[in-house]
Amino acid sequence: MLRTSLYERHQAAGARLIEFSGWEMPVQYTGILEEHRAVRERAGLFDLSHMGELWLGGPQAGAALAYALVSDPPRLAVGRAHYSMICAPDGGLLDDLIVYRVADERFLVVPNAGNREVVAAAVAERLAGFDAELDDASLRTALVAIQGPRALGILAPLTDVDLESLRYYAIAAGTAAGVPAHVARTGYTGEDGFELFVAWDDAPRVWDRLLEAGRDEGLVPVGLGARDTLRLEAGMPLYGNELDRATNPFEAGLGRVVKLDKAGDFVGRDALERVAAAGPGRLLGGLIVRGRGIARHGYPVYAPAGEGSASGVVTSGTVSPTLGVPIAMAYLPPPQVVADTMVEVGVRDARVAAEVVDLPFYSRRR
Amino acid sequence: MDVPEGLRYTDDHEWLRIEGDTGTVGITAYAAEQLGDIVFVELPEPGTALSEGKTFGVVESVKAVSDLFAPVGGEVSELNLALQAHPELVNSDPYGEGWMIRLRLADAGQAEGLKDAAAYRELIKAG
Repeated sequence: MLRTSLYERHQAAGARLIEFSGWEMPVQYTGILEEHRAVRERAGLFDLSHMGELWLGGPQAGAALAYALVSDPPRLAVGRAHYSMICAPDGGLLDDLIVYRVADERFLVVPNAGNREVVAAAVAERLAGFDAELDDASLRTALVAIQGPRALGILAPLTDVDLESLRYYAIAAGTAAGVPAHVARTGYTGEDGFELFVAWDDAPRVWDRLLEAGRDEGLVPVGLGARDTLRLEAGMPLYGNELDRATNPFEAGLGRVVKLDKAGDFVGRDALERVAAAGPGRLLGGLIVRGRGIARHGYPVYAPAGEGSASGVVTSGTVSPTLGVPIAMAYLPPPQVVADTMVEVGVRDARVAAEVVDLPFYSRRR
Repeated sequence: MDVPEGLRYTDDHEWLRIEGDTGTVGITAYAAEQLGDIVFVELPEPGTALSEGKTFGVVESVKAVSDLFAPVGGEVSELNLALQAHPELVNSDPYGEGWMIRLRLADAGQAEGLKDAAAYRELIKAG
């Protein structure tokens, strides 16, 4: 199993460590609910060094990415980022990604830990014929995220990047805690926050300095457990739950990310144009359980309520720490994905009433 | 880890307190800690007949769903209704306010087959 350069920090903090995508990662330090609330109300610190970092450079790096991904990276201004996906020729999802344009001819692509090798191989293959080079820096790049309403105030004194003027989905190079860093205003929690890409061995210094600087502000380390409940409340999909090889972006409600109007071909275009024309056969929706029970990954959904056989399936579900009610995301027949529609979730031997709601479940006040 | 004397324990981390012909059942502090923040407890209706080792309910944390197993046979005589609104009592007071069900014992002798506190401590030490 792989370990990040912060492994000793997690051990020393008493974290519970689990296997995640081939990495030994902290699932919680003190408790998922407490860590979740810390991020919503104050700030949390995350070790995301298991995630991939793929650098694309060269005169045609942007064009190569436009062919490899569903989005249109050449449209990004330098210093900006967008959410993207990489599909197979049949339109099925290999992964979802963030693409940062760090310089005119230099892009950073961040895939999920579990898909890093698949994405790196697919991008390498799709680069053929373009004047561009791929550098998989995943195992020498650490990623530390600080998320929550107090993140900016805690990080600002430790970096020369002007955080106030760094826009959401923007990235800048500078220093953080005295080491070279790319500082991005991105995250996976539904809160304001920053992600710091630093050299592998610099991460412990960044981690320690941030925790020390944030102590009085209530900054705490946060594990993958709360990361999952935070992203679920924010209505963000997780590869392996909402997204997988058998799912296309339109089914996941992410059709807006697919730039069918971009110039030139891209992998998956034909298949995705057909889905866009015909409409997806199933659609991701939000559920709030109104009866007694918690909808969990894999539970059947009967939509509309009273339907004889299952017509949908839950992809993620838990009790929302912020709302105090069970929430879930589920694939449903598209006509049922309308707010206020009542459905039933099969929870063990019972059918439990649930209501379709618009995503996200939670949006921060701005 | 708190493992009170005088209770009986299962390998599945339930505890049983016997008072006369009544047995009170809950999960141990170790189990509650392993599960993490408990957010839901599903229990059987009073009058339900349980046999030893049978699933009698479910306890859910933020992340996981776990079955509950009857330490001994008997008929459910009472539920801890407070857990509906306050499942977190299982974390904060697993041997007290976090109790789950009371059973009218079918055969108090069945408890002899369960672990005592010392044996249960060995079990959780072995992980």
